[in-house]
Amino acid sequence: MQTVLAMKGITKSFPGVKALKSVDFDLCQGEVHALVGENGAGKSTLMKILSGLYRADEGEIWIKGKKMTDTGIKTMLDAGVSVIYQELNLVQYLSVAENIFIGREPLLPGGFIDWKKMNSAVETLLAPFNIKINPRARVHTLGPAYQQVVEIAKALSLNSDILVMDEPTAALTGNEVDKLFEIIRELKQKGVSIIYISHRLEELAKVADRVTILRDGEKIITKPLAEFTIPEVISHMVGRTLTEQYPRADYTAGEEVLRVEGLSKKGYCRDVSFAARKGEILGFTGLVGAGRTEIMQTIYGYMKKDSGRIFIDGKEVKIRSPRDAVKRGIGLIPEERKNHGLILELNVFDNATITILDKENSGGFLKKKNLQSLVNTMVETMGIKTPSTTQLVRYLSGGNQQKVVLSKWFLRHCKVYIFDEPTRGIDVGAKAEIYKLMQKLAKEGAAVIMVSSELPEIMNVSDRIEVVFDGKIVKEFRRDEASSETVMEYALGLHEEAESSMAAQGA
Amino acid sequence: MKSKFADTLKNYGIILAFVIICVALAILSPVFLTKNNIINVIRQTSIYGIMAVGMTFVILTGGIDLSAGSVLALAGAICAGLLKGGSSIFVAIIAALGIGVACGLINGLFITKAKIPPFVVTLGMTNIARGLTLIYTKGYPISGFSPEFREIGGGYILGIPVPIILFLVIVLIAYVVLSQTKLGRYTYAIGGNEETVKLSGVNSAKYKTLVYIISGLSCAISALILTARLNSAEPIAGTGYETDVIAAVCIGGASMNGGRGSVWGSLLGALLIGVLNNGMNLLGVSPYFQQVVKGLIIICAVWLDKMKTVKE
Repeated sequence: MQTVLAMKGITKSFPGVKALKSVDFDLCQGEVHALVGENGAGKSTLMKILSGLYRADEGEIWIKGKKMTDTGIKTMLDAGVSVIYQELNLVQYLSVAENIFIGREPLLPGGFIDWKKMNSAVETLLAPFNIKINPRARVHTLGPAYQQVVEIAKALSLNSDILVMDEPTAALTGNEVDKLFEIIRELKQKGVSIIYISHRLEELAKVADRVTILRDGEKIITKPLAEFTIPEVISHMVGRTLTEQYPRADYTAGEEVLRVEGLSKKGYCRDVSFAARKGEILGFTGLVGAGRTEIMQTIYGYMKKDSGRIFIDGKEVKIRSPRDAVKRGIGLIPEERKNHGLILELNVFDNATITILDKENSGGFLKKKNLQSLVNTMVETMGIKTPSTTQLVRYLSGGNQQKVVLSKWFLRHCKVYIFDEPTRGIDVGAKAEIYKLMQKLAKEGAAVIMVSSELPEIMNVSDRIEVVFDGKIVKEFRRDEASSETVMEYALGLHEEAESSMAAQGA
Repeated sequence: MKSKFADTLKNYGIILAFVIICVALAILSPVFLTKNNIINVIRQTSIYGIMAVGMTFVILTGGIDLSAGSVLALAGAICAGLLKGGSSIFVAIIAALGIGVACGLINGLFITKAKIPPFVVTLGMTNIARGLTLIYTKGYPISGFSPEFREIGGGYILGIPVPIILFLVIVLIAYVVLSQTKLGRYTYAIGGNEETVKLSGVNSAKYKTLVYIISGLSCAISALILTARLNSAEPIAGTGYETDVIAAVCIGGASMNGGRGSVWGSLLGALLIGVLNNGMNLLGVSPYFQQVVKGLIIICAVWLDKMKTVKE
């Protein structure tokens, strides 16, 4: 097969870190080449160099047999490289067609936009994928899966034949993932070559032809996928053999800490009732859009509830804002780390202490020594890799950023921790650490709620599982009575009528 | 070596610009470095320097207070009116400060409760405060106060003019508040990412309102100094001051998106504008042309700041 892209000896340093050390990478025509590695391994940096966002300190990039003398964003785009980032780059309030043709709108004489031509061009682009999207729809009305398709269509309209997909399935549910894989197969047929970055190793088996593993800025190995097993991939990634991907611990649930009764929020959740107990991890699963995140945000007071009652330690509490929730001992580790969990412009210290400034002060003046020693302890026990606590969190890797978010809640000593997609975009090694931390919290007497789209995670980590469909809890399982298939059936709403009344009764 | 130089320039760019301008003026004008002139510059600077301190809080949260100049005028007019009506200095001062706080509170409440953008709310307040000033003064200056009151603008303590002392004390207080207190850290955090702050269980609306109150209060303090110094409260006092105030904060390195900046930067920014105003007057530059120069400097300062963040 013909090599369409060769990156040779790519080296890149940032102040204080060598992000890439002479990395070689190549891509053949019509191939899906998976790029895996822990967070901070250098995948994103390598792709940012490929897209022209960063310039390599050393090394060469060859595209279709030609050495690139310039590697700016425009040149790389013209050479056929398109990147679909994990955080999609769409203008939410413009239409699908406008997004696809942004900057290249077909024009009528006089400079007016030729809407007809633009919209029909989009229909032509989308036709092979067997997906119905109205070119006139505004992007913010589409789900994440469709938005991704819009990004892909945009890349195709640019005649890109080298496509980088960064965690394309992170926001997708099971059936949407299958749909995406169909699209990827379609793209391969058309001769498009794809670099596929993912932490979901199980998925690689379904799409990837070859796998390249990076660790600490170095290329460890490139091999056809067929010659790998998942444990091998993991051991290359972390440089050690993980005996257990999902650690288990024995659990004995204590008394009830949080009880929710009849929680409703129009358009998001209906009559949600459940209880979380001391010492347990309560999993919440369901398809994306089922309303899991919204249920948690409503409990937390971030969204206003229409009706429902919340009890903490058996006493009814009024929660009208996140502040009320935090005062009652609830902590929320949000799904969107960067938008809701962190303040990127501030440092580790400021981020980790924001939840406890109201406690650690006298007359408004901060007890800086106390705070500093608390943060130092957190950095140490959590194993946060940072040069100092004055490092801006912007410069930390995803896993370390997540640990900073966890730190701020651990310092608050909550009764209930709500983890919303705690391992999204986080590598295998850091995932295992986060599961251990959740178990530690449970062991120390907290109630832990985990919202997750990853079925294996839900199945292995939760002590009990609540399945959400269409804003309702449709089924509750104990871990030992659940199987992936049955959980998925409930998540898809196959048993909705029969079981909806049972869920209301709780455990 | 090169990057080290760039780093230095990045951190000390304003200081460097300040020094260059001072050296140039010292060479071009024999008056510039005289004691009287230096004291004069700093005293002039105090008035909008104090307002710049308040504005720093607002801009750190990612907001803006366009009403600063008008609030100054209103606070000055009320203070002057009360003094002329026979009220004690104490009552007049408290009333002026109260007006500043009230305007800030109203700004803050509309911004946080009605969720109207700061730009719009404070633009409205600009008109309201100016209108009230004109109504209250009927369009005429209120002049002639007791020597005791005039001390606030023209007096000396240990040989240092009172406005300068007030300015420095306020800068110090602001520094301590921003670096050592809950309010200060929340101010930075809100500018960095307000959603995260809310989700961390902080009453961000309360702290956002507070920064507008601080800004209003700082305008009222400046109003006292200006009124005392001129021995008169002018209905059009402070017109256009917000430009210099916001410019000082920008030049001082604060990000207009919030989250980044410091009171020391704003102090330097204010001094730089003060020196520039003074220098251009000494050199006989036409006031019309001065406007152009100041405008260019604001844009260039923010441009330099942009370039360094893009590089990162």
